[in-house]
Amino acid sequence: MKHEDIVKVLSKKFGADIESHGEFRGEMTISVSAPAIDKILQFLKTEKNLDFNFLSDICGVDYVKDHGSFEVVYHLLSMKNNVRLRIKANVPSDKPEIPSVTPIYRSANWFERETYDMFGITFSGHPDLRRILNPDDFPGHPLRKDFDGSPKDEYCPVPIIKK
Amino acid sequence: MKSLAGKKTETKAPPLEILLGTAEKVVRWGQESSLWPLPFGTACCAVEFMATVASHFDLSRFGAELVRFSPRQADMMIVAGTITNKQAAILRRIYEQMAQPKWVIAMGACTVSGGLFKSYSVLQGIDKVIPVDVYIPGCPPRPEALIYGYLKLREKIREGK
Repeated sequence: MKHEDIVKVLSKKFGADIESHGEFRGEMTISVSAPAIDKILQFLKTEKNLDFNFLSDICGVDYVKDHGSFEVVYHLLSMKNNVRLRIKANVPSDKPEIPSVTPIYRSANWFERETYDMFGITFSGHPDLRRILNPDDFPGHPLRKDFDGSPKDEYCPVPIIKK
Repeated sequence: MKSLAGKKTETKAPPLEILLGTAEKVVRWGQESSLWPLPFGTACCAVEFMATVASHFDLSRFGAELVRFSPRQADMMIVAGTITNKQAAILRRIYEQMAQPKWVIAMGACTVSGGLFKSYSVLQGIDKVIPVDVYIPGCPPRPEALIYGYLKLREKIREGK
């Protein structure tokens, strides 16, 4: 199935939830509305001709300075058709929340935890949304642009011993 | 006590502190000569540690070849590599699992000060969470440096510091 056909099928099924699409160097990117992400990915996975059976990555992008929102990016692969697809969804920075796709793709579990850890984006419906890379009591979300990446002298995950 | 002439004499007990001091010296000699290292290797320093205990540099010449991977069987922890904030709690826990007496060698720039990782995620020096006896700078330190640091630790144990 060609990229244009995928967009056609999705637009027909989801209408306004498919916001835009574009192709760059043979890679297809589709922007969708955040609340519909779980339905769209469910459709992409289960629809016969599409068959995107592998979610290879989820990550976040900080666009707060540009247009006041975070972006969540999903990378899909159809092993049957040998087609890759990138799905993007914008979430507002004041309430960064998006439905979890862990019930659809089990690989999403840790990806979503990582995105939550690094950007503070909440994935509603996630079975176990904890930090994954940083300690549980870590202050802030490191990949946000307003995060200060220098060492935190005041923060230590275990009680500091006296010298 | 009676002397041969039947005259009562006062005898002084041998000074106790000398006997104790000597015994302690023997104990310390035993401790310093048979340190069992526990490698806490997280990065490239651990490779240098491996080279140090392998045949070419041969740490067993100094009595520390019996590398143990259980904190309950070791008394010298060699922290070799970057310790992140997430790892700090594990490091502390493993240190606490070691039986007394125990010593710690901080090997390499990362364990000493965080090294080149001036970052939110890296612990800036392990002496924040566990006591350190010997610091070895270097990125990574050569095996000679580790042996030198190890001999410094032996000196410390010998002198009872």
